[in-house]
Amino acid sequence: MVEFLQMGGHGFYIWTSYSIVLVVLLYTWLSPHYRRKRQLQSLLRQIRRQ
Amino acid sequence: MLDNAPPRHARNWVWFHRFGSPEHCYRLSERWGPRAGVCAGALFMVGLYLGLVAAPPDYQMGNSYRIIFIHVPTAWMSLFAYVSMAISAAIGLIWKIKMGHCIARSCAPLGAAFTLCALITGSLWGKPTWGTYWIWDARLTSELILLFLYFGFMALDNAIENRRTAAQASAILAVVGLINIPIIHYSVEWWNTLHQGSTVLKLEGPTIDTRMLIPLLVMFFAINLYFISGLCSRIQCELLDSERSTSWVRRIAGG
Repeated sequence: MVEFLQMGGHGFYIWTSYSIVLVVLLYTWLSPHYRRKRQLQSLLRQIRRQ
Repeated sequence: MLDNAPPRHARNWVWFHRFGSPEHCYRLSERWGPRAGVCAGALFMVGLYLGLVAAPPDYQMGNSYRIIFIHVPTAWMSLFAYVSMAISAAIGLIWKIKMGHCIARSCAPLGAAFTLCALITGSLWGKPTWGTYWIWDARLTSELILLFLYFGFMALDNAIENRRTAAQASAILAVVGLINIPIIHYSVEWWNTLHQGSTVLKLEGPTIDTRMLIPLLVMFFAINLYFISGLCSRIQCELLDSERSTSWVRRIAGG
């Protein structure tokens, strides 16, 4: 297991790049979902006011 | 037979109108976005296992080459997303189709994310391989310019108050920026650079071991599906904004 994490001395470069990509892609994927939720809520409020 | 079916000569144009219809596009995105997302997630898992565990180390680079499985797909998608963005922006500009600009706007943040990933992973791969995180050579510099083109497109589009003027100005920027795409692609052939040439897309066939090629292709399909899924949910957001006063958006919001 330790051997797998060390990746023959290249562990730092591999795990840093994989985690940065994971964070960037997850954020880019999730942000429109939250935005849509907010949009639908504010549209619903607007409809109820009328 | 339906009375309101279009006459024969008009039927060929129906798909065209439906493609341009915001409501139809919203429904299409709503249906296919999550499905593409699930497939992308599953393929990412398979690709990560094959790439990090199953594939053997490289005889020259050791294990650091495993960055290829995220570096090459994100770099490829950074170009693909830009071309998609420029083409849809141009369609919106020339034929005045509303969906064109909507799709272009949705491509931009995804493309910027891919470019950022490609630059960061490349930098982290460069350190153990070339001995430096960054060098101002043709491939790296032109990819950095691509990131600024995405940022410029988004900034210009958001800075102009009038929606129609903003769409026109940013579309022109996107189309002019297309010149950067062949420069990025051929930079490793036109100039002397540290960056290596292509190993997969070659006339003689790929010069890469099958056990390394398969995870690369899996990750490539995963990130394509990720792009489709992200594009769908961004298109929905853009339409909820620009069409908020229409009756179909009110129907969706009202339940």
